[in-house]
Parts: sequence; C-alpha cells; structure tokens
Amino acid sequence: MRETFTKGMARNIYYGGGVFFFLVLIGLTVDTVVSLPKTDNSENLTEQVAAGKRLWERNDCIGCHTLLGEGAYFAPELGNVYTRFGESTEAIKGFIKSRPKNGIPNRRSMPQFNFTDEELEALAQFLKYSDGIKTARDWPPNIQG
Amino acid sequence: MKYESQGVAKLYFIAAIGLFVGQILFGVIMGVQYISGDFLFPEIPFNVARMVHTNLLIVWLLFGFMGSAYYLVPEESERELFSPFLAKLMFWVFLVAGALTILGYLLVPYATLAEITMNDLLPTMGREFLEQPTITKIGIVIVALSFLFNIGMTILTGRKTVITLVLLTGLAGLAVFFLFSFYNPDNLILDKYFWWFVVHLWVEGVWELIMASLLAYVLIKVTGVDREVIEKWLYIIIAMALISGLVGTGHHFFWIGTPDYWQWLGSIFSALEPIPFFMMTLFAFNVVNKRRRDHPNKAAVLWALGTAVMAFLGAGVWGFLHTLAPVNYYTHGTQITAAHGHMAFYGAYVMVVLTMISYSMPIMRGHKASNERAQVFEMWSFWLMTVSMVFITLFLTGAGILQVYLQRYSEAPLGFMVTQDKLAIFYIMREVAGLVFLAGLIVYILSFFVKGKEVEVI
Ligand code: HEM
Ligand code: HEM
Ligand SMILES: [Fe+2]
Repeated sequence: MRETFTKGMARNIYYGGGVFFFLVLIGLTVDTVVSLPKTDNSENLTEQVAAGKRLWERNDCIGCHTLLGEGAYFAPELGNVYTRFGESTEAIKGFIKSRPKNGIPNRRSMPQFNFTDEELEALAQFLKYSDGIKTARDWPPNIQG
Repeated sequence: MKYESQGVAKLYFIAAIGLFVGQILFGVIMGVQYISGDFLFPEIPFNVARMVHTNLLIVWLLFGFMGSAYYLVPEESERELFSPFLAKLMFWVFLVAGALTILGYLLVPYATLAEITMNDLLPTMGREFLEQPTITKIGIVIVALSFLFNIGMTILTGRKTVITLVLLTGLAGLAVFFLFSFYNPDNLILDKYFWWFVVHLWVEGVWELIMASLLAYVLIKVTGVDREVIEKWLYIIIAMALISGLVGTGHHFFWIGTPDYWQWLGSIFSALEPIPFFMMTLFAFNVVNKRRRDHPNKAAVLWALGTAVMAFLGAGVWGFLHTLAPVNYYTHGTQITAAHGHMAFYGAYVMVVLTMISYSMPIMRGHKASNERAQVFEMWSFWLMTVSMVFITLFLTGAGILQVYLQRYSEAPLGFMVTQDKLAIFYIMREVAGLVFLAGLIVYILSFFVKGKEVEVI
C-alpha cells in the first residue's frame, strides 16, 4: 500500500466504521422489533403455542428439518407444513404419531417420540402459528417448501 | 519458545486436533445417512449426529483460538502469561464439560438430556448450533471470562501491539455475542433474529478479527516483513469486515417475517463482505512475496497462504453466490447453504487454527520447524484435506442447484423427499470426498510422529 495512506488513517476507518455501523445495526434492530407485530402472528401466540415451541426445542426437531429455511436440510421445511397438509392439525398429529419405532427400512426416518395427545396438540398449534407468520414474498416459493 | 508459559498452548492444540477427528467421524456418519437413510437408526438419529458434528467443530475451534492466544500473547506482550495455572485449570474444565455434553448427546435421548439438565428453568436448548444444555452454556461463559481475564491482564500489563489489541477485541466480542444464546423468547421471529447475533456476528464479525490477527502474527514470523506494513493491512481488513458484516447480518432477515427493507440492506452490505476476505488473500501473497527471509517451516507458509485463498473462496465467493435476496429466495435452506457452510468454516477458521498449530507446535517441541519428512507429510495432508473440501463443496453445490430446480423452480415442483432421492449420486460422491478428507486428517496426525533429520534446534 502507498505511503500516503498511513496506518493512522487505517486505524481511524476501523474505529469509526466499526462504531458507526454497530450503531446502525442497533437502530435497525430497534425498528425491526417495534414493527414485528405487523408480521409475527403474535395474536395467535398462545400458551399452547409456547409449549409447542418448547417441545420443538426439547426434541431438537431443527436437527433434521428447516423452519422458515433455517435448520438442517435432511427433512422437509415445516414453516408451511400446515398449508401443505391441507390446513389440518389433525393430519400433522397423525403423521407424527404414526412414525414406526424402528424407522422405515432404507429410508430417512423420523423417530417415534411417544408424545401425549396434549403434547401433539401443542406441537401442531406451534406449526400452525409458524405458518401464520407473514414472510416477505410469501416465502417459501411454493407449497413443497 | 521465548516464554515458558506459551507452552500451555500445546494442551489446547492437542485437544483441538482430537475433537477435530471426532467431528469428521460424525460428518462421515451423516454422509452415509444421506445415502442410506436408516443407517444407525434409531441408535444415532441424524439430528444427534449433526449436533455432535457441529458442536465438536465449534468447541475445537474455540480450543484452537484459546491455544493460539496463549501462544501468541506472551510473545507479543513480552512477558509471561498472567496465570499459567488458570489457563491449565480452564483447559480441564472446558474439556470435561465438552466431553460430558457430547456424551450426553450420544447416550440419552435429547429430551432426557434437557430434563436432567433442567432446561425448563432457563430454556436455551434445541436451537441449531446452540444445542448445549444451559448449564454447559454457563460453563462456556465462565471459561471464556477466565480466559479473557488471563489474556487481558497479560496484554494490558505488557507491551501492547496492534495484533494483541485486535485479537483481544475479537475474543471479547466472541464472549459478548455468545450471551445472546441465553435469550430465547416464545416469539419465533425474535428468537431467530437474535440467534443470528451469535451465529452471524461470530463468523462474519468478531471471528474475522481473530482470524486476521492470527494470520498477521504468523506472517510476521515467517516472512520478517516490517510490522508497520502488516499492521496497516490488519486495520484495513478488519475495518472492512465490520463495515460490511454488521449490517450484512440482514442477509439472514429476508424470509423470517422481518421488515422488507432488509432485502435491500442485507443484499447490499453482505455483497461487500467478500472484500475483507479478498484483502486477506492480497495481504498474504503480498507479504510472502516481500519476505525478508526463508523460514524453514514451509508447511506453515503453505497453511497461511491456503487459509487466505480458501477463506476467500468459501466465504467470499460461495457466500456471494447466494447472498442477494432474489437468489436467496430460491436457495435459502438448501444444499447450497451446506456447501457454503463447509468451505467457509474450513477455509477460514479450521485453516487459520491449523496455520497457528503448524507454526507453533514445532517450536513448542524444541525445533524451529519440523524435519523435512514430517513437513512433507503435513503438506500432503494440507492438499488432501483442502482438495477434498473443494470437492465436497462442488458436489453439494451440484446437489443444491438440482434441488432448487426440481423443488422450487420448475413448472411442476416435486416434494422434498422425492427430490432428495434424485440427488443420490451427488451425496455418494460427497461421501467419497469426505473419506478422502478423513484420510488427509490421518496423514496430518501422522505428521507429528514422523522422524527425520531435525533442523535447527532452538
Ligand atoms: C468428512 C467430511 C464431512 C462430511 C461428510 C460432512 C457432512 C455433513 C452433513 C451431512 C451435514 C448436515 C447437513 C444437513 O443439515 O443436512 C453437515 C453439517 C455441517 N458441517 Fe460437515 N461434514 C464434513 C466435514 C466438515 C468440516 C471439515 C467442517 C468444518 C470445517 C464441517 C462443518 C459443518 C457445518 C458448519 C455444518 C452445518 C452446516 C449448515 O448448517 O449449513 N463439516 N456436515
Ligand atoms: C468465514 C466466514 C463464514 C462462515 C464460517 C459462514 C458460515 C455459514 C453457515 C454455517 C451458514 C448456515 C447457517 C445455518 O445453518 O442456517 C451460512 C449461511 C449463509 N451465509 Fe455464510 N459464512 C461465512 C461468510 C459469509 C459471507 C462473507 C457471505 C456473503 C458474502 C455469507 C453468506 C451467507 C448467506 C446468504 C447465508 C444464508 C443461506 C441461506 O439462506 O440458507 N457467508 N454461512
Ligand atoms: Fe451471515
């Protein structure tokens, strides 16, 4: 690098730029958090949905599936599974309940979690709530996720 | 070794390499599960293998960063480490906590692990990369704070250099942003939004500071180029990293229910993120070309140059590939993401740690560099691992492009599972490349035991 550009100048760009854009990120974060109620489906965020989210976490569903495109890529997207299953929480529950304990030979299999009926309902409600989040351009591109 | 306390780094590096082997073994297991879905089911379900794979990666990189800091800081600060005892103690605490956590993943169902570690008191588990029980997370914070205290005291009471100050800033940032892992609201968008404050602000923020300072240190040592020149590069690289990477977080806020302006902000700023990685490449080659001496440790120079190139390819090129919102609309959460994740992590953080190990390990074992034969082994392992990682990335990218077309772009989109069946050939080739990677890792470990005519003793 040429001598006219000194180390002091480089240092100032680092401190100035770093601090400035950190503040910008904080500002944008505040704005984002404030405007979330427009899209976040919080009107449907019930106790039951929250319990469903805990179950989702306690069983590490994200270790195989994506949810709104984030997670693992081994099993289908679930952010729109409610729509894909014909807007039926019963269908979702039926699927989870019917997984064979020892899997399906030669196929990727989902474990049998032995959920109670109450737990199944909470999970299904959580997935319904997730499907209700308004994503930009209505992501995912189509029903297949 | 100028200061005796630098030697604690050896423990950290040995643990790092050991856990690296574990990481790759579980990668290979998942590679089989991608081909033959019922492999090891239900004993080791895919999600368990995955958390072992990714958590071991993170933990061994942390061991690598800490070891690097313990090696580098005394020499730069021109004094012994503030407390070598604390460094050794925290090593064992971290190793035991890490081992117990991994055993927990493998030995009991995840839900049981959540129960016995009382996750309900402060639920933080079950989110990607942050699967550790809450108590382990608290342990990580304690280890990180003790480490920062030790390093910080050494730096602040010794000679301060740009390298140590940048390193300290990066390490402090690492600890601070990890605190977001304790925030887990019921609101899914909020949860996701702040989850990225750990993941993105680590790899595309503070870790870049750590990486750049480690690279700068090794380059000074192996080339003898003037500190002034190197420090100027270092500042401008990390300046660009923060200027692009902070608001660049927005490339994760396209499709999770966050405001539309992120489509623009995220695309534009993250499109600048390759710049610091490109500058690291220029920097490394420039400095090596201007070298004032030929260091006998040729392997370390190879790792340093390799890091610069592969980080640019993995993070810069493969990151840019899917970072613009209109592209990411189709590629979000597909095998393209996995392709990028692999080459970026390997090229930037795995390689920079291996660079530090390559440079410092021979010195800690009493030689300026390893013997010629050992270096030949090490350079073979470099090429085996690096080339196979390029192929893993290419095969996953092939799988990803086909997946996007079949499942998201074509006139008659196929279902997820049907699409996956059609990608089998790519997954088979990925696994072959993965086995070559494992072979490279074995050669790497062997290189530490190869005997030959020793070069200069110090
Ligand atoms: C032997 C070679 C390897 C194989 C076969 C392998 C395989 C895999 C598989 C199958 C996944 C899960 C993808 C999914 O969620 O569906 C994964 C995830 C991951 N692996 Fe590897 N891996 C290997 C080596 C590595 C190495 C060397 C690194 C780090 C440098 C690494 C870092 C990661 C990361 C960061 C993820 C999470 C990716 C994401 O969320 O996008 N892997 N790996
Ligand atoms: C060394 C630096 C980097 C590392 C280690 C890294 C690693 C990763 C990983 C592991 C993921 C997957 C996260 C998940 O599981 O959801 C990811 C996602 C992503 N990265 Fe990076 N990355 C780096 C730099 C970059 C850069 C410089 C760019 C842009 C130019 C970029 C663009 C992206 C994008 C757009 C995604 C989201 C993919 C999706 O929508 O599914 N990354 N990165
Ligand atoms: Fe990112």
